[in-house]
Amino acid sequence: MLSVLTLSQNLMTVTKAEILKWITLSADVMQENKQYLTDLDSPIGDADHGINMARGFKKVLERLPTVQDKDIGNILKTTGMALISSVGGASGPLYGTFFMRAAAPVMSKEVLTDDDLVAMLDMGLEGVISRGRANLGDKTMVDGWTPALEALRTAFANGADTKTAMQACVAGAEQGMQDTIPMLAKKGRASYLGERSVGHQDPGATSTYFLLNALLEAIS
Amino acid sequence: MKKLINGIDDVVREQLQGMAAAHPELSVHIDPHYIVRGDAPVAGKVAVISGGGSGHEPMHGGFVGVGMLDGACPGEVFTSPTPDQMYECGMAANSGAGVLFLVKNYTGDVMNFEMAAEMLAAEGVPVQSILIDDDVAVKDSLYTAGRRGVGTTVIIEKIVGAAAEAGYNLDQCADLARKVNSYGRSMGMALTSCIVPAAGKPTFDLGDDEIEIGIGIHGEPGQKRMPMTSADAITEMMALEIIEDDAYTRTVREWDTENGIWVELELTDEPLAAGDSVIAFVNSMGGTPVSELYAVYRKLAAVCEDKGITIARNLIGPYITSLEMQGFSITLVKVDDEILKFWDAPVNTPGLRWGA
Ligand SMILES: Nc1ncnc2c1ncn2[C@@H]1O[C@H](COP(=O)(O)OP(=O)(O)O)[C@@H](O)[C@H]1O
Ligand SMILES: [Mg+2]
Repeated sequence: MLSVLTLSQNLMTVTKAEILKWITLSADVMQENKQYLTDLDSPIGDADHGINMARGFKKVLERLPTVQDKDIGNILKTTGMALISSVGGASGPLYGTFFMRAAAPVMSKEVLTDDDLVAMLDMGLEGVISRGRANLGDKTMVDGWTPALEALRTAFANGADTKTAMQACVAGAEQGMQDTIPMLAKKGRASYLGERSVGHQDPGATSTYFLLNALLEAIS
Repeated sequence: MKKLINGIDDVVREQLQGMAAAHPELSVHIDPHYIVRGDAPVAGKVAVISGGGSGHEPMHGGFVGVGMLDGACPGEVFTSPTPDQMYECGMAANSGAGVLFLVKNYTGDVMNFEMAAEMLAAEGVPVQSILIDDDVAVKDSLYTAGRRGVGTTVIIEKIVGAAAEAGYNLDQCADLARKVNSYGRSMGMALTSCIVPAAGKPTFDLGDDEIEIGIGIHGEPGQKRMPMTSADAITEMMALEIIEDDAYTRTVREWDTENGIWVELELTDEPLAAGDSVIAFVNSMGGTPVSELYAVYRKLAAVCEDKGITIARNLIGPYITSLEMQGFSITLVKVDDEILKFWDAPVNTPGLRWGA
């Protein structure tokens, strides 16, 4: 009886406070990297990704106090809705849908197990794919999310604890982000450049890395 | 950066406030940003709505009015507007006859309008969404996000707006929009880049002796870069790209109003042919003076004549711009009697006005 209780307590790994912290840290990192993300978007896009993300997360921060006392699902849903109504561009519906879908499996939860964490991120990525219809290798944020979530699942399967698994997840995102450099873009604005898109890191995959790194920091 | 702005964050709002002051016949909403005709919703009339990033003025807000758009949703500069803007605009303009979204094919615009269409449909509003993709600089649709929506947008907004005014229902308006889009082809070029206020520096670097061919309308780099040459050489090259462009086939998503789902359609645009009549549209990217547009038109008319294409109507001026960018685009839209009738119909908007 006692051991079961301890076990299930160990599995309760990500708290609501940490999720709130994740969102706040994400807003910070988007603000800090506004210029960097915009610069990445200038050779292969229209030089606005950092501006879009910073504007969106600023709006999220304004709304956050209204859901401080709500469950994790509602916090994520509100984050998604704030992004959808303030970002615009391609990244608005994509990140907005990510948070809206990520909210579904964690509705009314105050604390997440490792399984919940995986389900939350997996559902979010599914949302990104169904909205944007990008394939792996198209040089989009999907190339950041996919290896990151694979690494997370593998780490948990190998018995890693939450923090170690999240470290693997962030490493996966970083690798995925770097792997976009040699890719030829097939989706989004960058696709219009054809061969000229090669040699540049995808801004969306980069903001995905920042988001996941913020989650790691929040639970550390 | 030298620009006539106050605060970088206020650019779009202050522009809208200026439009409201200048055009009391329009109803301009702040938070979320959208513009509708002052008499919206117009009983029994399909609401034709478009939208996109700001920085392309007079498109789209300047085309709201009798005989053209019922509503427009301006995003941040060069950034797609958001679904809540489109939804509110649709709700404000819908008379019950439904809402037609005219969406330029850019990933951001497409996804935001898709979400808005889903939101309107969920409220029981009949909605259709037609994609505009006329930029021949984009050759294939398999390895790209497909042809971008450029100059043909202005022509479609005029023609479909007139048809809606004349009493076309939602399906008829959508069919006409799809037809005009399939008849329209465009290509653009830049002599200079442009500066997005929030970015504060040119989107791309272009040498004094270089030009960028095959650009879109967001200051994004184009298809290729080449040394500067004469107006005639540039015009001929672009006109021929349009006239000699092959059939273009792609898959688009449209909203199935009856079943409430997105369906995929394969559409093919047939190439222009000798004997066709067209509307010829020579557009400034913002920084190119009208005098130079006429130099372009001079050569364009000669090339068309040489290819057996009759210019039935023309439009020359800055209508779909990229901030202060120097450069121009050419659009040729094949016409038939239905299209010409609606092109000639009265229009009364801040940006386009005749017969009214
Ligand atoms: N179809 C898509 N699926 C997934 N991600 C996409 C897609 N299209 C674009 N993106 C992502 O969006 C990023 C660009 O976002 P942003 O610059 O904010 O929007 P926009 O391209 O409309 O200016 C790209 O770097 C890419 O990662
Ligand atoms: Mg961008």
